[in-house]
Amino acid sequence: MKTTLTLSAVLWSTATLASAETLTVYAPDYFGSEWGPGPAIAAAFGELCDGCELEYVTGDLLPRLKLEGARTDADVAIGFNTDVMKDARETGLFAPSNVDLSGLTLPIAWDDDIFVPFNWGYTAFVYDNTKIANPPTSFKALVESDEDWNIAIQDPRTSASGLALILWAEAVFGEDTPAMWAQFAPKIITVTQGWSEAYGLFTDGEVDMVLSYTTSPAYHIIAEEDDTKSAALFSEGHYFMAETAAQLASTDQPELAQKFMDFILSEPFQSLIATANWSYPAALPMDQWPEAFSQLNYPETALFYSEDEAAALKDEALDAWLSAFTQ
Amino acid sequence: MAVGLHPVKRLPFWPGISAAALVVALTFGTVLVVALRADGAGALTRYDWLAVRFTVVQALVSAALSCALAVPVARALARRDFIGRGALITLLGAPFILPVIVAVLGLIAVFGKSGLLSQALAFAGFGPVSIYGFHGVILAHVFFNLPLAVRLILHGWLAIPAERFRLAAGLGFTPRDIFAHLERPMLREVLPGAFVVIFVICTTSFAVALALGGGPKATTVELAIYQAFRFDFDLAKAALLSGVQVAICVIAALVALRVQVPQIGGGGLDRTVQRFGKTSTLTGALDTFWIAFAALFLLTPLAVLIARGAPELFSLPASVWQAAGRSVMVALASTAVTMAIGLSVALACLRAGWIEALGLVVIAASPLVMGTGLFIVIFPFAKPSDFALPVTALVNATLSLPFVLRAILPELRGIEARFGPLADQLGLTGWARVRMVLLPRLKRPLGFAAGLSAALSMGDLGVITLFADPKAATLPLQLYQLMGAYRMDQAMGAALVLLALSLGLFYGFDRGGRADADA
Repeated sequence: MKTTLTLSAVLWSTATLASAETLTVYAPDYFGSEWGPGPAIAAAFGELCDGCELEYVTGDLLPRLKLEGARTDADVAIGFNTDVMKDARETGLFAPSNVDLSGLTLPIAWDDDIFVPFNWGYTAFVYDNTKIANPPTSFKALVESDEDWNIAIQDPRTSASGLALILWAEAVFGEDTPAMWAQFAPKIITVTQGWSEAYGLFTDGEVDMVLSYTTSPAYHIIAEEDDTKSAALFSEGHYFMAETAAQLASTDQPELAQKFMDFILSEPFQSLIATANWSYPAALPMDQWPEAFSQLNYPETALFYSEDEAAALKDEALDAWLSAFTQ
Repeated sequence: MAVGLHPVKRLPFWPGISAAALVVALTFGTVLVVALRADGAGALTRYDWLAVRFTVVQALVSAALSCALAVPVARALARRDFIGRGALITLLGAPFILPVIVAVLGLIAVFGKSGLLSQALAFAGFGPVSIYGFHGVILAHVFFNLPLAVRLILHGWLAIPAERFRLAAGLGFTPRDIFAHLERPMLREVLPGAFVVIFVICTTSFAVALALGGGPKATTVELAIYQAFRFDFDLAKAALLSGVQVAICVIAALVALRVQVPQIGGGGLDRTVQRFGKTSTLTGALDTFWIAFAALFLLTPLAVLIARGAPELFSLPASVWQAAGRSVMVALASTAVTMAIGLSVALACLRAGWIEALGLVVIAASPLVMGTGLFIVIFPFAKPSDFALPVTALVNATLSLPFVLRAILPELRGIEARFGPLADQLGLTGWARVRMVLLPRLKRPLGFAAGLSAALSMGDLGVITLFADPKAATLPLQLYQLMGAYRMDQAMGAALVLLALSLGLFYGFDRGGRADADA
């Protein structure tokens, strides 16, 4: 009797342990929300690991991890933009990913030992093709255009796409960037804190163009059957942005965390990216993308600064932007 | 006022002092915590100083305009009676309690490049107007704060005992005499407070400046704090900027205390009755104009929001309704905490006037810094998301405290002046005095304050982000998530739900407080 009890107690506790195996993933708000890619990814991962659970904790990733330090509950953090990687790396909170990166299909070389990219995109100016028949074909043409277009962009200090814009400008205009901003500023009717507000102004018809991504039109095509939105392709090239994931060195479930890291570049995860994240998958050949994505205009040149180059440029680029916009 | 016995000693004091201490810990303590957590001292750049200058200038202009416009509107509402007046007064309060992003969408739909106003102008052969820039920020701030100013001033008007108006009519006062002898002294008391409250609210403005400012030229200090967090997680700079913001508001509060004058004595019979005497056709026309102006300016953006959100109501996912339920619970909890803190602090203010200034300075606290400070304090001991509800309730209560004090205090002082001596003679002290003398007469401002607090916390987003549990999102957070997922139409539907619930809560409380106002 006593033995049976002990045995069942042991069985019971292992059973609860197994079912209570939870991977805590820190993610940005958009990612974990009902309308982001998070829920589908959690479900797919659940099947893979025999009913373990994936729990998202959402918010500003890096500030939160910096506040929590090594005592964080996070096992994995997903959603670092390429522009914060250096800063994140310097916290020393992350462990090597041990992920095979050979399947990556990015337009740039990637051999980072900590951060694994899971999606990527290009910044672009999106417009309504029923209102603008002849979109600018280069960044320079946009800046110098005589058209009185109203444009909304995002603040580089609060938004990843805004920061990408000022780096994009540096890559295209180099030393002439401050002069370019001075010329461009009058067209920019407003600067919003985040992407959502600016994009909302665009869909409301309040601005003619908005700083967004080359993939934005795909949402309208697939989800709304609306093909009036296009991204203007620039001959100088477009700035590359990726979102990445990393595992925490302090995780108490290294095996499960590793399993998730390996899952990121697998087909089940990658095939969810296009229509849940509205961006390009990081490890999926273009012929496996949804049709609407392959129909989209596709930039030929990827512009990108490595994290060290970007760090060296960031303050100068911001100052050039700020001084043009505080005149 | 005080002859022999000091009447205010007869009221509870220490609960208010403790509540005030808690509030101080939340506002200033958290700044200290954040500063201590930072590496090294912060430094302010040229752009930060530009932000400080912009903050002060726009806040002064916004407060001045809001108050100047509110006086004729409040006077018109105070002396006119028409069908739907009560409903209109409630509706006119709506902009103040709207979540900023919702209101901004409504404003753009009216004043934006493709908005109603531009369309009307195009019809008349004029070019479109632009809402972005300094004037856009001012427009939005007046939109948000005109309702508050109107309500505060209207309370002042309704608090003038009807007997005085009757006496004035009997003495054959002209409108100018009435203004000089009854209305100007009231405005002299109410306006400085209203001005300073609005100044301080505009000082801490954040989302408005970013949405409508048009660029870094229109950066406020609160926005600079957010940027310091986001751009390089510069806690030292955030704490420093937060200190600057508090300093601006302290100066404003000190100025307010200096210019404020005590209410002129002589109590009435404790009833609010309709005005006596006839008014000329001209004043009638002017009153109609001002009421129409306020209704058009404040309600058109709301009407646009309703028109755009209504078709989406039935296609909203269940999670939006769940989030709505959660938000109502948080709002009710916050309101309970706010009223407990607010009333006790107000009672303490009767004895120590400086506490009132403290209550005002609280608005200057940055929710972002407060949230971060609390997170730093709680994290070593517990899981912050387990404290989401109490923290949100407490922070919301703290942030609504200044409005609650502003709504309750003037009437509380008036009641004490009128009934204090009688209560003293009867030996009525402590909570019995609060219950029997003060509370029944404070119903209207208490209801107003509770409604305000409930609605403000309904629309709150800022504080909870660090504490949020993604499975328990509140409605404003849900709205942002919809916008971030390209679902602008559903976001408009959610915005309408948020608008309806905020207004409903406000109306419920405010109505409860005004139930017998005409008795």
